[in-house]
Amino acid sequence: MSREKREIVTPSQLLGDTNSSRAGRGTFIENGKIYSEIIGLLSKNSDYINVIPLKGRYEPIEKDFIIGIIEEPLSSSWLVDINAPYPALLHTNEVPWDVDFGETDKYLNRGDSVMAKILDVGLEKKIQITLMDHNLYKIKGGYITHIEPSKVPRLIGKKGSMISLLKKYTKCQIFVGKNGRIWINGDNDNILKVLQVIKKIESESIYYGLTDRIEELLKKDAKELQ
Amino acid sequence: MTLTSSIKRDYYYNLVKNGKRADGRKFDEFRNIEIETGLISKAEGSARVKIGKTQVVAGIKMDIGEPYSDSPEKGVMMTAAELIPLASPDFEAGPPRENAIELARVVDRGIRESEVIGLDKLCIEPGDIIWLVFIDIHIIDFDGNLFDAASLAALAALFNTTVPIERMRPKLERQQEKIPSVKTYLEENPKDYQLPLHEPPISCTSVKFNDVVVLDPSLDEEEIAEARLTVATDKNGDIRAMQKGIDGSFTVEEIKKIIKASIDNGRTIRSKLEESTGN
Amino acid sequence: MEQEIKLIDDDGKRLDGRKADELREIKIEAGVLHRAEGSCYLEWGNNKVVAAVYGPREAIPRHSQNPLKAIVRARYNMAAFSVEDRKRPGPDRRSREISKVISEALGKVIITEKFPRAAIEVNIEVLEAEAGTRCAGLTAAGVALADAGIPMKDIPVSCAAGKIGSKDDFGKKIGGNIVLDLGKQEDNFGDADLPIAISPRNGEILLLQMDGHLTVEEFEKALDLAIKGCHIISKLQKDSLLKKYHVDMEVD
Repeated sequence: MSREKREIVTPSQLLGDTNSSRAGRGTFIENGKIYSEIIGLLSKNSDYINVIPLKGRYEPIEKDFIIGIIEEPLSSSWLVDINAPYPALLHTNEVPWDVDFGETDKYLNRGDSVMAKILDVGLEKKIQITLMDHNLYKIKGGYITHIEPSKVPRLIGKKGSMISLLKKYTKCQIFVGKNGRIWINGDNDNILKVLQVIKKIESESIYYGLTDRIEELLKKDAKELQ
Repeated sequence: MTLTSSIKRDYYYNLVKNGKRADGRKFDEFRNIEIETGLISKAEGSARVKIGKTQVVAGIKMDIGEPYSDSPEKGVMMTAAELIPLASPDFEAGPPRENAIELARVVDRGIRESEVIGLDKLCIEPGDIIWLVFIDIHIIDFDGNLFDAASLAALAALFNTTVPIERMRPKLERQQEKIPSVKTYLEENPKDYQLPLHEPPISCTSVKFNDVVVLDPSLDEEEIAEARLTVATDKNGDIRAMQKGIDGSFTVEEIKKIIKASIDNGRTIRSKLEESTGN
Repeated sequence: MEQEIKLIDDDGKRLDGRKADELREIKIEAGVLHRAEGSCYLEWGNNKVVAAVYGPREAIPRHSQNPLKAIVRARYNMAAFSVEDRKRPGPDRRSREISKVISEALGKVIITEKFPRAAIEVNIEVLEAEAGTRCAGLTAAGVALADAGIPMKDIPVSCAAGKIGSKDDFGKKIGGNIVLDLGKQEDNFGDADLPIAISPRNGEILLLQMDGHLTVEEFEKALDLAIKGCHIISKLQKDSLLKKYHVDMEVD
């Protein structure tokens, strides 16, 4: 298995120009030149220059599956912490229960956790999430841990290979939110095992062909930037 | 306030019921402790203490001043603590709030009541001039158990402290005319000397949740704690200070167990302190 | 009368042995705190500063929010034990002013439009001070921001230059030397101090303060020297970031 070392670039580093490439994720353009705006991994393909972030809060993208923690029940919605610069809003229309006005705390309270989907990222970054999709619900039991959102693809692995392996070996249910939050359910010893592996993945090198996965993610991002 | 998911609390409750802690420690085990002294050259004494990822820097500054009228032959000590916004997203800038104040007062009492600093040896001329000792505690990184980290940092900094005769000489000499005994004092103490100290008590903090008691709580454990007890013990295994916090309760049995664990760990921490301050 | 101190001798050697265009020793370490989103510990001569970044997160109170971009709040604070005569804890007017000019400098390079209604908080704590703490603080803040993954057009860097030694042994005013990175005595007894901060990529000035007395020619010389110093330090900033992430990450 090849171990090609990616170049780490820093903010303001010159990466190319708009005549020969397009500015992708993690870059900005000034006077026809493309620069990095963050510290990250340089990823060039035939069209785009991208910088994959090594650190940073989650940037909500529509259709992402995430794990949120309820901050505050409001009269017809809930404010939810999703590890982004802003809390998200979960409207009572977007949950599978019939919630009366002012009765939100009967269903979800501060500290409760939910698996949700990003419904909309609007102007001024107002984020809306929903529970109306199969496999989305209020979480009970298990344990929630978190990793850097930028490392989520590495944890999932090529075509889910890494996560399937984890699930198989530890017989745990594992749900990886794109926002870096991970829910693990199983018996305590196995949960601890999963936590250890996650820690390892976060800090060490792995050989499961993540290059492809990251490129897929980037192609998708780049298309949305257009 | 940090949002703790109820899942996390349930998980921790579950873990301890099965005799485990999230970071694998035993119930009466401290995290790794690191002590470094003398890092701030401008301070008369300084120390940096890490307990796990909690990091505290303490600095000692000295000055000359007037004694309190009810203790004319004693030096004066003052302790301040800053929970600076640097250390945690929950620490706010501004004048110290109750947490910082309680922390400073508990650390102060631990040092004052057990007379760690020989305040009676800090008198230059009774009623006129004495030494002031300022203990300033800065929390740099917060991962639980500030009481023990701050106390230890203050102690290590004190053991690193030298009375600043050289720096204060000009100021002292200016007092000679008014107070002739200053001259004698300077003749007897021409150079910087080690701050006179006595054996310090070592503080150990425990918290209780779900009917289980653990020592040296991590941040997560502190967040779900129902009650907290800090016990300071001296090298003879005697108790010198205690402070209970949060609105839960302890049984007498639990308190006895906590005292034993505090004495045992106090011994280990004390030798670490002596090692790093060369005492 | 007080200063018989000769800040620079006839061979161009300063009190601490440095030449006119030499910086004090600088050490930078990125990512030293575990709670902050980004952090940096920096030693510059005897200065010791820690910088920590939190955010971007929703700006509170609500009325402080800017619907178009993030607000940048820098807080510069000196520890009580950081100076020779103990400083009372808490912000004084000097700290408030420094916090303001640093916030403004950072606000220019951070791509704040990406985070409307949010706040980015930068905390700078001076643990030991010896002339040039605002330069050390801002330089550390730049590294902490990059470490936090905050998108920036550049990593801001700061340095000072000044004028010293313009009196001969009889106290008469004569020439004077423009020097880089004033030390403590030079700051106290020199003739001018010029701290600046730049965006190294295009040389834009983000922070500029001056106190003392300089001719226009002297100012230009000092500015030029300070900018040169900034570029040297900029490389150290980038090295510290690469060092940290190189250790953390080995990718496929």
